[in-house]
Parts: sequence; C-alpha cells; structure tokens
Amino acid sequence: MAQYPLQGYRVVDFGSAWAGAQITHMLADMGAEVIKVESRTRIDYARLGGVPTPKDLIDKSPEAIAVAYPEHLELNPLFHLLNRGKLGITVDFTTQKGADLLRDLIKRSDVVADNFTPGVLDKYGLGYESLVQIKSDIIVVSLCLAGHTGPLKGTRGYAPIITALAGLDSMVGYADESTPSGTRFAFGDHVAATHGALAILIALIHRNRTGEGQYIDISEWEAVTSLLGEPLMDYIMNSRIQGPVGNRNTNMAPHGFYPCKGEQEWVSIAIKTDEEWHNFCHAIGNPKWTEDNKFRDRLNRTDNYEALDKLVGQWTANYTPYEVTEILQESGVAAAPFMISKEQHNNPHFRERETFIEVEHPKAGAETLYGIPWKLSETPGGIRSSGPLLGQDNEHVFKELLGLSQSAYDRLVEEKVIY
Amino acid sequence: MSKKALSGLKVVEYGHFISAPYCTKLMADMGAEVIKIEQPSTGDESRYHGPFPDDLPHPEKSGLFLYLNTNKMSITLDVGTAKGREILEKILKDTDIFVENNPPQMINELKLDYPRLKKLNPHLIVTSITTYGQTGPYRDYKGYAINCCAFGGVSQSLGHNWREPLTFPMSMGHYLAAINGAAATMVAILARDITNSGQHIDIAEADIWASHHVGFGVTLYTFIGREHLRNGYLGGGWTYPTGRLIPCKDGYMALCAPQVKYWKQFIELMGNPEWSQNPRYRDRRAMEYEYPEEVDALLTPWFLERTKQEHFKFFEEHAIPFAPLYNMEDEVNDPHLTEREFFTDIDHDAIGRLKYPGPPYRFSKTQWSLERPAPKLGENNEEIYCDRLGYSKKDFVELRKAKVI
Repeated sequence: MAQYPLQGYRVVDFGSAWAGAQITHMLADMGAEVIKVESRTRIDYARLGGVPTPKDLIDKSPEAIAVAYPEHLELNPLFHLLNRGKLGITVDFTTQKGADLLRDLIKRSDVVADNFTPGVLDKYGLGYESLVQIKSDIIVVSLCLAGHTGPLKGTRGYAPIITALAGLDSMVGYADESTPSGTRFAFGDHVAATHGALAILIALIHRNRTGEGQYIDISEWEAVTSLLGEPLMDYIMNSRIQGPVGNRNTNMAPHGFYPCKGEQEWVSIAIKTDEEWHNFCHAIGNPKWTEDNKFRDRLNRTDNYEALDKLVGQWTANYTPYEVTEILQESGVAAAPFMISKEQHNNPHFRERETFIEVEHPKAGAETLYGIPWKLSETPGGIRSSGPLLGQDNEHVFKELLGLSQSAYDRLVEEKVIY
Repeated sequence: MSKKALSGLKVVEYGHFISAPYCTKLMADMGAEVIKIEQPSTGDESRYHGPFPDDLPHPEKSGLFLYLNTNKMSITLDVGTAKGREILEKILKDTDIFVENNPPQMINELKLDYPRLKKLNPHLIVTSITTYGQTGPYRDYKGYAINCCAFGGVSQSLGHNWREPLTFPMSMGHYLAAINGAAATMVAILARDITNSGQHIDIAEADIWASHHVGFGVTLYTFIGREHLRNGYLGGGWTYPTGRLIPCKDGYMALCAPQVKYWKQFIELMGNPEWSQNPRYRDRRAMEYEYPEEVDALLTPWFLERTKQEHFKFFEEHAIPFAPLYNMEDEVNDPHLTEREFFTDIDHDAIGRLKYPGPPYRFSKTQWSLERPAPKLGENNEEIYCDRLGYSKKDFVELRKAKVI
C-alpha cells in the first residue's frame, strides 16, 4: 500500500489511441490493476502511429499487420509510453462468448473505461445499462469527441479536430498571419484524458462512501472548451472574439521568445511588475534605452511592446539561452531557455525530478518514457512495467482470475474468442 | 441541491490567479466546500485581470475570477500576521485539503511548509502547484506560463520552425497543472481512507508539459534520434492530412485523416481532381512531411466554395472526420453544446446574470453543477469567523481594524 495508493482497484480498459490509453495509464501509475482489452480483430491503432512505419506497411490496417508482420506491433515506444503498467488481454467481444468473458471480468472490477464512438459497447451488451445489472456499483467512463448525447454525438475525430471544434486552435498562432497555426500535437486528447482520470477518482471516492457507482460521459470537445473561461467570458460580456495574439500578453512586457546566439536558439522572458523591470534593467547593465519614458511603467511597456521586444532581442542575441536565463534569474527575473526534446532529456532539473525514466520492454529493450508528474510524498506509485505485448496476460486473467480450466481456455483460443 | 460526489470534503485554497483556483474549482463544482483565503483589501490577482464588461476594471467583475471561483467561499486573511497565523491554524486543523500555488521560498518564509502543517494536522493533504516544483536545481527560479512553455517543451511544437516559437495562450499550463493537482489530490484522499494520514503533493507545471503533453518527444528522441517536435504534428510519423487548417468561405476547416479510407473517400467526393492522380500527391507521408502547404493550396479552392457549417454537415453525412475551426462565438451559439446545456446562467450581485462555461465531464448520479457564483472579496468572513470559528462580533471588528481580515 505505502507505494501504490490505488492497489486493489481493477480497471477494464477498452481505451485505444491517445486519450483512451492515457486516461488509464495515470491510474496504473498509481497502482491500479488496469487490464487492456484488445483482440487481433481490433488492435489499438497506437501500436502503429507516431513512429515511421516501414514503407510497405503504410496504409495497411493493424489487423493485417498482425498477420503479416506481428513483430512490428510490439516495437512502438509511444504505445509502451501510453500503456505502461497495464496488463494486456486479447478477446473478441463481438462474439457472444467473448462478451460473456468480459462481463465475468467486469463483475470483479471497479471501473470500465472506453473511448469508442457512442453505441459500440452497448451493441455487445457491454454498455453501462447492461453492466449495472451484473455489477451494481460499477463505474463506467466513456470518452468520445462530442459526448454521448446531443445532435453531434456520433461525430468522430482525431485530436486536431478536438482543439478545432473546442475553439482553442482559433487562438493559437501569430498575430500577423491570417491562418492560425493551431496546437499541432494531441493536446485535446491529453486534456480529456486528465479530466477523465480525475472523474474516475472522484467517482471512486463517492462509491467508497455510498456504495453507488455511476456512468460518466466525457466529451473531449467540452473537456477543452471548459478551460477557455477567459476568452468565453470576453465574448459573453463584450461580444469580442479573441484570435491569435502570438506571444503578446496584455499584462506583461517584455513577454516573448527572444533570439540567442546560434541557429533557432531562443530564450523566454516575462516581466510583469515594475520591480521585475528594474531588476531586469540592472541585470543587463542599465543601458541608456531602458531609461526611455516609453518603458517607465507596466502600462507604457505593454503599449510599446514591439519597440521593447526589439531592444531586448538585441541584448539576448549576445548570449546563449542558458546564459540569459542565469543572468536574469540571478536578479529575480523570469527567464527560461526554449527547450527541444533532446535538451529536455539531458536537463539536470528534469533528471533530478525523474521527469524521464528508462523502462525495459521485453521486445524493444530499454526505452525512455516520461515519469509520473504527480509527486505524492507518501504513496508515490511507480511504473511497474512497459506497455503489454498483445495478449501477454491472457492465461493469468482467464485462468487464474476467472478460473477457466486449461481445456476451456484452449477451446476459446481455438474458437478465436481469446484471440 | 443535488447529491454531490465530494460533499463533506473541506478544502482551503491559499493561492492566486489560475492554477490553485482552478484546482479547487474542480473540487467545489463536485461538491467540496472550498474556503478561498484572499489578501485583505486586494484579493486574488485574477480580480484585476479581466475580461471586464466594456473593459472597465472592477475587482468584482473580472471574467477570469468569476469563472475560476464558482461554488467557493471567500475570506480575507493576512496569514503573515501572528493573529492571522493563529486563525489559519484553527481553520487547517479542521481541513482535509490545502491547495497553494506560491513559490516554495515564500511558503518557507511564512512557515507554511509541509512538515509544519503535518504537525498541525497529520490528516491534512497539502497540494502545492508551482512552476518548477519543490525539488531540483530550478526550484527557486521565477517563472510565468510562457517560461513553462519554453522549459516544458511545448513551445517547440507551437508555431513555425522558421519563426520564433509561441507560448500557449491564456496561461493554459496553469489549468493543466490544476487538473493534475486535483487528480493527485483525489488519489491522496483514497489513500488516506486506508492509511489515515495525509501527505504532500508536488505538482510542477513544467513537468506536466514535459510529461503528459510532449514527453513523447523525448521517447522519440531516444528511440529514433528525432531531436525536436518543431516540424509538425506528433513530430511526424503520420500521413497527410494530420491536422491541417484549410480556409473556407467564412473561416477554416480542420482536416485530420491518418487512415487512408477517409482520404480516398474525400478525394472521390471532390470528384477525383486531376492532381490527385499525380504520384506526387499519392505519397501521403511525403505530402505530410515535405510539402503539406502545397497540398493545402490544392484543396483550398474546393473549400472556399462553402461555409464551415455547410462543409461540416457534408462531412458528417459522409462520416469523414473533418470539422470546422470554431471561435468563441461559435462555441456560445453551438446547437450541440446548447442541447447538452454546456453553458449555465448564474446571477451575481455585482455583474448580474451571465452564462458560464460548463462541465468537463457528466456524472449520472452526482452531477457537476454551479450552485453559487464566485464570492465577493471577503463575502464569507462573518460566516466563517463568527459562526464557525466562534469569534465574537467585537473580535471580528478588532480583526478588521487590525487589517488581519
């Protein structure tokens, strides 16, 4: 217990791709027993995405690859990243026997999570209405693009669609370009997953106190839009539609990325108060221009931010991002180097915090995964294994946990129920 | 009042701006009792941030504050004074969760560090949300949201690789740190039910970006040597279109279809234009990696013929996962969100009736709800100091005179 606060909770995980996988790895990190359900007829697409696929496999379905080139399904580190600490089973729930097996498993579980388009699990008797009949306090969390009610409930979409529909991408970009640049990574998935993990934990607290389980509907779209209070309130109050503003900040100047020595080297600097400004001026040696009336207080600095940015950039260009950071931080000014993945990997601060750690995968070897950013002093959790091999825990789950005899198990394998 | 999942849980927030307030809002909106401690006479800095109606600043009318502090109570208390300290200790003795987002140095100076709070109340869960965390060489570095975007590595995937990188707008990292802080706090509540003791939770905004959001970039770096994520979606590995924004008659459409079937279907629906037969436009990986703008330009004339709603309806009918780029006006007026009652109207003394954005999740039995608007500065002073802590009316006046509250 001391290490793993969620030990003893069992989660049946139908999640796939990013959001569906991430929501439950957060619980596995904390010690929950998460059983990932796949099948050779329904393979998690994330086993393929993210790393370059061998050319002859592009546009082949994961199911076809499972037959022609099964090793490839076990080599994607991003799948291992998103599914670390989980058990893996393969069962075809579109068969009656497969669905029955899963119902038997869910009877002994606390949480079921999925990110199918609405209705998929209901069709096989695995939706909340059916599950609550066999396990009255089950918690089911179902995540999809637009939620499980409303005119767009069946709408599908990958991460970029979430942040587009949620309105976020309309505000990410350069002020001087007509087309927003958008988020360009799976931000919507990550946000929905974190909200989803939080929702499951809240539901568990409620269940432990009252004995009552429930169904949780998550719209990835709403999970993102719910964070946009500031621009939404601006529209609601003032009918103003905010667009991209680049690095401009109405309350801070300087505020931005400034060029440093070298190619594509940048440092971020942000100054809010007059005290910070004076510290900044002092740190850079009080050059004449800092005395300009245009920059004398916050209001003037934010009004004249473009002129200020140019002058700050001329100063930063003489140094590396790390030098600027050190000079300014010594004077209590917020600065940080622009980091790419390579630098993050070797950064002493991240190293000390175990932000990135090595985890051994049985087929792929040692891989660097991100660690656990929830630092709990007494019950820190831990990453107990890498992502599961396809069906690696079939015997354990079906024989030991569900008590199938060897012959019953073999028969189900033969019938491609466990497959 | 409906049944709430976190009713009975007592939370004290000693923070400001976004991360600590959003963290406790998540708990308050699910039924926890949240007492927000604000600095006497000034209060939370988000009260001065806006947006304000007609852009006229007023500490009770800041849209950001109103949104972040629903369902909470506000007391004013100067915890730096001896009397203020005494009151805070009284409150914390009967508290489950203490959420703060102050620099570690300041917390030490105020003698509010975890070892001290633990002595005061061993059941207390203390959640600290900071820029760089409670450990590590950068612990005491100063940082705003943009610095976290830089150091956390998210800025490498925002903006173009030939220009200056971008920060995530709206201090988004603060919100992410808040959600993670709330989730970790819920884990600690579940753990406390068994261990009967509290603990300290250390959430660093830079860690959150560097792990859950762009940590995969470090995995890719160590795996295939890709040094950065500046070249596009997920750092590559996908096929066109993976998150393109294409102009249409009245805005933009967002395109993402890594699976070939959608792309083929779409080309067919466009009437198999001549360019689509050119081998240059059949290699979807090269199209995504090497010349996506060129392909965007080929699609643009077709998209410019219709509005985003017309396109959306068309793609919905054909089950192709392309959707419009919405702005805030589109959100507020969207029929889907309206039917799901995403926005809630609530009354507030100072600003009247306004719409507020709604829940990130829908619970079937213990619903998310906005029961009360954000508090005015010190709105609950009398209730907490007199009714709950038992100070007399006379003490109360004294405390106010001494500017403790």
